[in-house]
Amino acid sequence: MDKFKSMLTKPWMSYLVALLAMGGAALTVSVVPRSLFAFLFFIGSVLLVYYLPLSTKAKLFFVLIGTLVLMPIIGSFNLYYMNVATQVGIYVALALGLNIVVGFAGLLDLGYVAFYATGAYIYAIFASDQAGNFIHFAKFPLAGEWFWVFLPLSLLAAGITGILLGLPALRLRGDYLAIVTLGFGEIIRIIFNNLDKPVNITNGPKGITPIQPPALFGFTLNKPIYYYFIVMGIVFFVIFVTRRLEHSRIGRAWAAIREDEVAARAMGIPLLRTKLMAFAIGASFAGMMGVVFAAKQTFIDPSSFTFMESIGVLAMVILGGMGSIPGAIVGATAVVMLQSQVLKSFSEFLAQLRDSGILNIPTQLEPAKFERLVFGLILVVMMIFRPQGLIPAKRREMELLEEKADRPAKGEES
Amino acid sequence: MEQFWSMLPQVVIDGLTLGFVYAVVALGYTMVYGILEFINFAHSEIFMFGAFVGAETLLFLQSAGVLNTMPALLALLVALIVGAVLSGFLGVAIERVAYRPLRNVGKLVPLISAIGVSFILQDVVRLVEGLWHNAFYVNYPTLFSQNLHLTKNVNVPVKTLIVIVTALGMMVALTAFVQKSRMGKALRAVAQDPTTASLMGVNVNGVISLTFFIGPALGGAAGVLFGMQYSLIHPYIGFILGLKAFTAAVFGGIGNIPGAMVGGVLLGLFETLGSAYLGMATGGVVGAEYKDVFAFVILIAVLIFKPSGLLGEVVRDKV
Amino acid sequence: MKRKLLLVASLLMIMALIVSGCGGAKTTEGEKQAADAGKVIKIATSSPLSGAQAAVGESIKLGAQMALEEKKAEFEKLGFKLELAPQDDQADPKMGVSVAEKLIADPSILAVIGHYNSGVAIPSSEVYNTGNLAMVSPANTAPKVTDRRLPTVNRICVRDDVQGPAGAGYAKDKLGVKSVFVIHDKTAYGQGLADEFKKETEKLGLKVVGYEGITAGEVDFSAVLTKVGAFKPDMIYFGGMYPEAGIMVKQAREKGITAKYMGGDGLDSSEIVKIAGKNITGLIYTTAATDITKTAEGKAWAEQYKQKFGKNVESYSAYGYDAALVALNGIENLLKANGGKMPARQDVAAEIRKTADFKGIATTVTFDDKGDNKNAKVYFFEFKGETYPGELIGEK
Repeated sequence: MDKFKSMLTKPWMSYLVALLAMGGAALTVSVVPRSLFAFLFFIGSVLLVYYLPLSTKAKLFFVLIGTLVLMPIIGSFNLYYMNVATQVGIYVALALGLNIVVGFAGLLDLGYVAFYATGAYIYAIFASDQAGNFIHFAKFPLAGEWFWVFLPLSLLAAGITGILLGLPALRLRGDYLAIVTLGFGEIIRIIFNNLDKPVNITNGPKGITPIQPPALFGFTLNKPIYYYFIVMGIVFFVIFVTRRLEHSRIGRAWAAIREDEVAARAMGIPLLRTKLMAFAIGASFAGMMGVVFAAKQTFIDPSSFTFMESIGVLAMVILGGMGSIPGAIVGATAVVMLQSQVLKSFSEFLAQLRDSGILNIPTQLEPAKFERLVFGLILVVMMIFRPQGLIPAKRREMELLEEKADRPAKGEES
Repeated sequence: MEQFWSMLPQVVIDGLTLGFVYAVVALGYTMVYGILEFINFAHSEIFMFGAFVGAETLLFLQSAGVLNTMPALLALLVALIVGAVLSGFLGVAIERVAYRPLRNVGKLVPLISAIGVSFILQDVVRLVEGLWHNAFYVNYPTLFSQNLHLTKNVNVPVKTLIVIVTALGMMVALTAFVQKSRMGKALRAVAQDPTTASLMGVNVNGVISLTFFIGPALGGAAGVLFGMQYSLIHPYIGFILGLKAFTAAVFGGIGNIPGAMVGGVLLGLFETLGSAYLGMATGGVVGAEYKDVFAFVILIAVLIFKPSGLLGEVVRDKV
Repeated sequence: MKRKLLLVASLLMIMALIVSGCGGAKTTEGEKQAADAGKVIKIATSSPLSGAQAAVGESIKLGAQMALEEKKAEFEKLGFKLELAPQDDQADPKMGVSVAEKLIADPSILAVIGHYNSGVAIPSSEVYNTGNLAMVSPANTAPKVTDRRLPTVNRICVRDDVQGPAGAGYAKDKLGVKSVFVIHDKTAYGQGLADEFKKETEKLGLKVVGYEGITAGEVDFSAVLTKVGAFKPDMIYFGGMYPEAGIMVKQAREKGITAKYMGGDGLDSSEIVKIAGKNITGLIYTTAATDITKTAEGKAWAEQYKQKFGKNVESYSAYGYDAALVALNGIENLLKANGGKMPARQDVAAEIRKTADFKGIATTVTFDDKGDNKNAKVYFFEFKGETYPGELIGEK
């Protein structure tokens, strides 16, 4: 296989490989639209582009083709994959946002989903008749055009929430921060769950529905494909921002804080302000995605914003590789595909075997019940064999190597 | 107002009971954190596992026909020991498999691994119980059904007293062990500085394994007490309780053993008081459903005004 | 870099191989299908199969499975293979929507039996409706499920705004209750039911001495029960599910609270007897299904169920069974009418909505224009001992 790589000496060969892989994959999906493997093949082919020895521009070109041209075509063969891709996109943006907090600045945030919930609720309350319960001078629900106003609005709102929350929390040392963010995450969820009295703002556990879909010049955008493009637009915006941030002045300040707070302070980096920036930016991405989530689901309730959701996004970041932008993207894709696709297909496959009498599984061992177990196993195995993540950040990869070489392990001396 | 006073003794007793369970579970978090600076997320599932082992032990005694003939205290003791020992071994095994290979790769990686372990434990317990009993809600056999009527309004089940006394006993025993015994000394040494401790001839890995035995054993025993007190367990009881116990550990000052005990008891009290009186205090605007908010707000307030927790030492960044 | 490339490339190759393998198999299968003119009809169930509510979710699935297996032969005669596609919605609205999106993309699925949680059913049914996929709900009691008047959404069980008030009326007239303490579990179902109950009690002039929420999944209710003890109500009404209800009633009795205890159809599960033990005696619950073991055919059905799955029948297994029968009946009618052609989903939904006087094992189904079952009645049960179900003490 080394030969394979050395064969790609000329750029046009890489182009060819990329074209063949993506085209082939898209074709396969069109032939067998119901096959999960075909869809995974397509996702894999987009990933392959990242590894090919191509210029950044060429890679970008292929990724844009894959996501903006081929994916919608695939979606026309199997609408379901359009929805899956949208879901992947939502989590990619969330993972990228959390990656700023956890990966870049090294702040463990266990309540990230609170910001997602903030964004979702802000839009949901005003884009349903819910707001009519406490605001009487305007008519609700607001029209779908307001969606575009609420995107930046909730970006701001979530960012401000992040600052308000971060001001007390970020004064604390690392692990206390984790528990305080966890606490805040739970508090926000419980408050949303209970704000149906004395004034009915969130409709409590019954949730808010129906929520207006976005609209543009009177044209309602409530088809999966529109959501897909909205999500992709946000994802590319988020990728662009995080890439710019990573190597900017503030990005380097984050890295310094992550590596050594004391040294960073000695170098004149204002700790609180820099940390707050990370917190607020990460939060604002989640807030913006919350709006899309609310519009797409047409229903939200507090049970969508539990602690497990925060943990899920954290798992994406760490599985992908902390501090790595492609890592967060791949991590989010992998976890969503695993949870909503691969494990489900696996259990359906087992169920089919059982129904056709090949395998004898008692009903208590219903394969659908294994899904979390298998996910847990994958998490543990991945962490043991690839702790640096799927696509580690370059800096961190080197750190891990260094640590292994230099320092004997804590506790392994004896 | 009349209700306020008539409720108070009962509320305090309920709060103490819950608080002592929190305290024992919090010990597991705090001990591991004290040594490895790592949040053992799977501890809540070990607690749940202990509760199930205790239940199965009692059910076994029941099916063997000896449960009703033997003294209830003895039955409880058997369940506690079996639950604690098996949970302890489970803790050691988890450390070996899922945490030890990850000791040098930062704090987040083992955290994710621990989350994976807790998923696995939840589902394995559910599958096993499902196969065994055809249901994964398990009832604790009743051991102590007597009630003490202290006054007209105050009614204390004997089992509640036993829970409090047992939890207190475990905490006293642990404190004595850590403060007085040789092993305890080694444990404190490793918590302070593992490298120096190992230079002094302390078997650091041994101490870590010991920590991962004692913490989970206490957690498992707390599970048995919990099951006896509240009489029903399911594979998902660990999650919320673990969250609270961890909060309690931070509240008291994480890494600090007496701190975990104080934090646990106080958190239990606050939570129960909040749940009982929030509604009355605010005229029904904010009710018992805010009790977790109440608990977390107190935690956050403590951390902001005394960031090291109630009893934690002020930790200076090492330069 | 080289090793990574190698890894990815080899992975891709393996994937490509599998795809072509599967693809090959699928196309031949597809061709065969084309020759037989689309011979598979699938019915999906969507209910929680994992998590704390898995027990009930599974009983819905098993009930539907019974119905399917009974109808299999008839469908084969009409030239169709009948298959069940059980889905796990994990009691999570997001998962429910995701599953729904998957179901509408599979053209062989003609109806969905589900869900268990109204909070999941409402957003999921929005998706079903976009794919014209009919849903027959065995268990969602929230008014909003059918109040949106979606043509695809039907339910065979009773609405909360019928069930709650019925409970209140019964408490006043038959039990002579003067004051109640209302507790709910802060879920869409529990709070919804408790609110309907509370509204009616206030209308009837009963005194509501307390209204509190608990957290589903917890097992310590001492705080709220202490409050109940202090207010000494005649009755506790609980809007919520059986695990919490079972523990709560047990802990209440241990605390010496003797107030009557009433709840809704969430309590209708054999598990509650195991949980509460001897303290179950006197607990009253309202539900939409009559005691099926009272009739001869119901009893036979329950025995068959037990034999097949090794489990005792639950009310929701019967609902699941009935819901699946209603759906299958609609499809069968269409098949007979159009001579064995695969019916369109729209027609299936319309046909199911037309269901009238269909006798199932637990209830007789006639849908009104919203998709509610006109014949859905509220039955009152009281546990007289540690046996499930309780004794039928009234109906409305």
